[in-house]
Amino acid sequence: MTEERVGVYVCHCGHNIAGTVDVESVSRWTADLPNVVVSRDYKFMCSSLGQELVEKDIKELGLTRVVVAACSPHMHEPTFRKACARAGLNPYLFEMANIREHASWVHPYDKDAATDKAKAEVAGAVRRVQELKPLEPFIAQIAEPTLVVGGGIAGINVALEIANAGHPVYLVEREPSIGGHMAQFDKTFPTLDCSACILTPKMFEVGNHPNVTMLTYSEVEEVKGYVGNFDVRIRKRARKVNTDLCTGCGECWSRCPAKVVDTVYEAGLGYRTAIYRPFPQAVPKYPVIDTESCIYFQKGTCKACQKFCPTGAIDFEQEDEILTIHVGNIVLATGFELFDARRIPQYGYGRLANVFSSLEFERMTNASGPTNGKVVLRDGVTEPKSVAIIHCVGSRDKNYNPHCSAICCMAALKFAHLVKEKTDAEVYDFYIDMRTISKDYEEFYDRLLNEGTHFIRGRVAEVTDAARLPGEEGKLIVQVEDTLIGKQRRIPVDMVILMSGLEPQRDAKEIAHLFGIGCSEAGFFIERHPKLDPIATMTDGIFIAGACQGAKDIPTSVAQGAAAAARVLALISQGEIEIEPIRAQIDEERCSGCRICNNLCPYSAIEYIEEKGVSRVNPALCKGCGTCVAACPSQVIEGQHFTFGSLMAQIEGVLWDRRPDGGTTVYTQAEPVAAE
Amino acid sequence: MSEEKLHYAYYPGCSMSTSAHAYGSSIKHVNQALGLEFEEIEDWNCCGASEYISVNALPAYSLIARNLSLAAQTNTHELVAPCSMCYLNLHKVEGYMRKYPDLNEKVNQALAAGGLHYKPGTMHVRHLLDVIVEDVGYDAVAQRVTKPLYGLRVAPYYGCLITRPESEYNPEYPTHLDELMRRLGATVIDFPLKTHCCGGHMTQISEETAYELMRRILHNADEYKADLIVTLCPMCQLNLDAFQPQVNQMFGTNFHMPVLFFTQLMGLAFGFSQNQLGIGSEIVSASAALRRISEQPAEPEQRAPKKRDKNALPMPPAL
Amino acid sequence: MPEQDFNQYNPAWGDRHPVIVGFLCNWCSYRAADLAGISRFTYPATLRDIRIMCTGRLDPTFVLKALREGADGVLVMGCHPGQCHYESGNYKAMRRMALLRRTLAQLGVHPDRVQLGWASAAQGNIFTETVTRMTEAIARLGPLQWNDTINDLAPRTPALPEMEEVAHG
Repeated sequence: MTEERVGVYVCHCGHNIAGTVDVESVSRWTADLPNVVVSRDYKFMCSSLGQELVEKDIKELGLTRVVVAACSPHMHEPTFRKACARAGLNPYLFEMANIREHASWVHPYDKDAATDKAKAEVAGAVRRVQELKPLEPFIAQIAEPTLVVGGGIAGINVALEIANAGHPVYLVEREPSIGGHMAQFDKTFPTLDCSACILTPKMFEVGNHPNVTMLTYSEVEEVKGYVGNFDVRIRKRARKVNTDLCTGCGECWSRCPAKVVDTVYEAGLGYRTAIYRPFPQAVPKYPVIDTESCIYFQKGTCKACQKFCPTGAIDFEQEDEILTIHVGNIVLATGFELFDARRIPQYGYGRLANVFSSLEFERMTNASGPTNGKVVLRDGVTEPKSVAIIHCVGSRDKNYNPHCSAICCMAALKFAHLVKEKTDAEVYDFYIDMRTISKDYEEFYDRLLNEGTHFIRGRVAEVTDAARLPGEEGKLIVQVEDTLIGKQRRIPVDMVILMSGLEPQRDAKEIAHLFGIGCSEAGFFIERHPKLDPIATMTDGIFIAGACQGAKDIPTSVAQGAAAAARVLALISQGEIEIEPIRAQIDEERCSGCRICNNLCPYSAIEYIEEKGVSRVNPALCKGCGTCVAACPSQVIEGQHFTFGSLMAQIEGVLWDRRPDGGTTVYTQAEPVAAE
Repeated sequence: MSEEKLHYAYYPGCSMSTSAHAYGSSIKHVNQALGLEFEEIEDWNCCGASEYISVNALPAYSLIARNLSLAAQTNTHELVAPCSMCYLNLHKVEGYMRKYPDLNEKVNQALAAGGLHYKPGTMHVRHLLDVIVEDVGYDAVAQRVTKPLYGLRVAPYYGCLITRPESEYNPEYPTHLDELMRRLGATVIDFPLKTHCCGGHMTQISEETAYELMRRILHNADEYKADLIVTLCPMCQLNLDAFQPQVNQMFGTNFHMPVLFFTQLMGLAFGFSQNQLGIGSEIVSASAALRRISEQPAEPEQRAPKKRDKNALPMPPAL
Repeated sequence: MPEQDFNQYNPAWGDRHPVIVGFLCNWCSYRAADLAGISRFTYPATLRDIRIMCTGRLDPTFVLKALREGADGVLVMGCHPGQCHYESGNYKAMRRMALLRRTLAQLGVHPDRVQLGWASAAQGNIFTETVTRMTEAIARLGPLQWNDTINDLAPRTPALPEMEEVAHG
């Protein structure tokens, strides 16, 4: 076995490690391990001085392997790899031992045990690093186009930023129009700007941008490839309207006799026809036929739209279109779904007529909504004399969603203001806390405090129509404990608005799986780092922005959209990216062609070469999971950087104090048996 | 459905032969119609209701566990109790013995004194309503209806115990009794106080509190124009029925709201006579209410503005 | 030596403590372990972990090697079934582990010494709980005397479970 020259660096990480682990003793102990040429401890290895220490030793002591015992490799493996590279050592001849997250931070009460564990982890790393081989990263070209999934405010912003920088963007949106939830809102807090007024210029800009290919009423069906080189298959659903001929005149939907409840844009509070344009400012302006409610598609008759269309744009035979695009990066901006308040039967949503969800109320106050902006009861006519607004419906509740939905407190205040503006009603706001954290939000709350709304701090127990006391007949009674006065209260009102929480889209898990990213426990997409990298995911080339990453307001969604765009633009301008060479490689000399590995690969990266009778891994498709490596009965597949030899050595290393023969035998790769 | 499922160990509870004898007799007839076999446990003892547990938990649990150990001697793992309090006690103790090994040890020590033993997990404790809804199923029940209860407006009252502390049904708003009644042809009103307390044993401790709780339930049922309240717990039935005159007296109200057991209504729908089902033995007579059963199905209840009203806004769809 | 006295579980420990080798997948369980550290959860210092990219990489030989080299138990943790970063690696791990545990039982090694668990990157708490529970299980089983066990020299205590059902941890 060649004699490697290993340098070991044990980091104090200030007090984080050194406060628990005796880093000096670990360093001294490591110095005595075979092949360890130098062993040091230092306060902050990741600092420039720390890195220079490593670089100097590599150059002056001729180190061939480096181990840094510090935090998680997920934090600083790239940092130290770069340091090695700068000093002329192949960056894959470096190993980290995690003695912070996995030792000092979790065993604070037992310093001896933490130190022991640190020694074991370092010993393992020292053994493993000596078995590693130099590797060269694989350079991938970054294709210029970008795919943005989701046409809400976040997605629109991502698309505009990238398109304005001069690069092509595909914007895919599931609904017939872009705009997302923001298009449904009436006014936006804290400025009370009209939502549509600030959104539609952006919608128009993105819809007409020369660099944007907008694919509405479309869904992504399959994603293959890797960063810089994704092949995406998209299904463009058939609108049944030929958009080359359609002028958006509206003749068709004004003639359509089929009326259904509009559960999407009107949040179930209004109606639309079977052939419809989602809302007047829809982009694109073309209508779509909802075949489930269309009389022609269900019964074969009518066809009024086709009869009256002046340009002959109706095409009942139109089929879905499948297209495959090649993009370099993908940004997911798929947004949120509103919590279904019918899951909380105590609040009566769905049973008691005058209980409304927040989105229903947005549509109600919207001047172009089903009541033309009038605040009325479910009968569509009567103005309420008292309105209750209930916070945290389905949020901050371990029975439903433990998270806070971030925007409901502000939206509740907005509603309180709008009710006061449009009616003479008494407004009662039932809150647990008032979360008005962003710029100008607290000032908005201040303003509301002077408008006469009654604020009651308490979690509403139930909304009921069961009258018990005089004055309650015919009303909805809100039963709540007013925690600030310490009493139960029953407050009769005419109308109740539930501030329903924000949840991930119903199919978020499927979407995540489609793109190869993960979801958190709550169901939102997982970011690479919650503090320092909220828009990247664990999968290179796939980014997230907006409410799909977690409940947030419009300014934050816009900012995240711009951040994702910036990241993508950086990749595009670099033109290429280094992909970690952690891949499987089959030794074709020794492969017997049993083909056990072929069907194990989830990426179909292994092909069988008939002429040679062996299998071969396609390095472009292989993602390095190692499943085939473990399965090969002859052990002829090398899992680069995670070879059999390196892992066996690491096992021996971590068990340095347990080995039955005192740790003297060392694993060596068996010599291949020569063919007879 | 396998034969094994329809055979149950049966824990009637003390009220079955006394204040809730109508429940007991109607159960017999319903079982006959549905093919349910109940094997009464030999030598069962009182479950202690809510009193004993509040006095001294360990002996109370042991007494309850005695019933479990006797039930374990039958050749089935399903134990059914028609009374909510009995059900809750048996179910609770079964669960506690499974979860807390210390308690299990102590209780079994007590049982050993009587030559008995109970291994937690042996019996699966069910309420009668759950057995009918889950094991028999709504469809099987609907099939046996020969005299649908058309036009009869019932307020389904679950009482507070059956869905708490936890159950597969929504504790705030269970709907399985509602659905069962609907399958019998009755018009079920959306009764907001369906899981509110009837006062329980507060009648013995503080009449005012108990009567006020009963008043609320009766008032609400009355407001919703229910013809009768249907319930599944002998205590609830006793309170709402037997103490109704006292409620009227205390509050100056004039309730005449009959309270029947769900099995009595099931029996009626299956074609059994009122006599067979113990109808007529209740204090607030149900005869006038039952006369409202008609031959024709009634109009479904509308809680929201009618669809034809062009101003009305649509309601969210039913879950 | 950890402060915890393992003799309360099994007097055979003496002044030694259990050592469990952990194989953690890069994407989920390793990050869960990191999160446990970031959240400052605490668990017994019995685990010595090794990072692999995916539990699909886990060669059963690694488990045997760890036991042979003195570990008292092996814990393999990956992404939840259905959520493997590489689609299906954890399913392969499930199959291999099931067979491995059965084989170990035949050799006289209690299958509970080798366990398979799942934790997503957001589940530092689950990671912590798993390590804690496994430590207790190994503590009760006592030190593994590998050489004596496979040479049939060690007493076979506790009794091996029925071979019908070998559930994973």
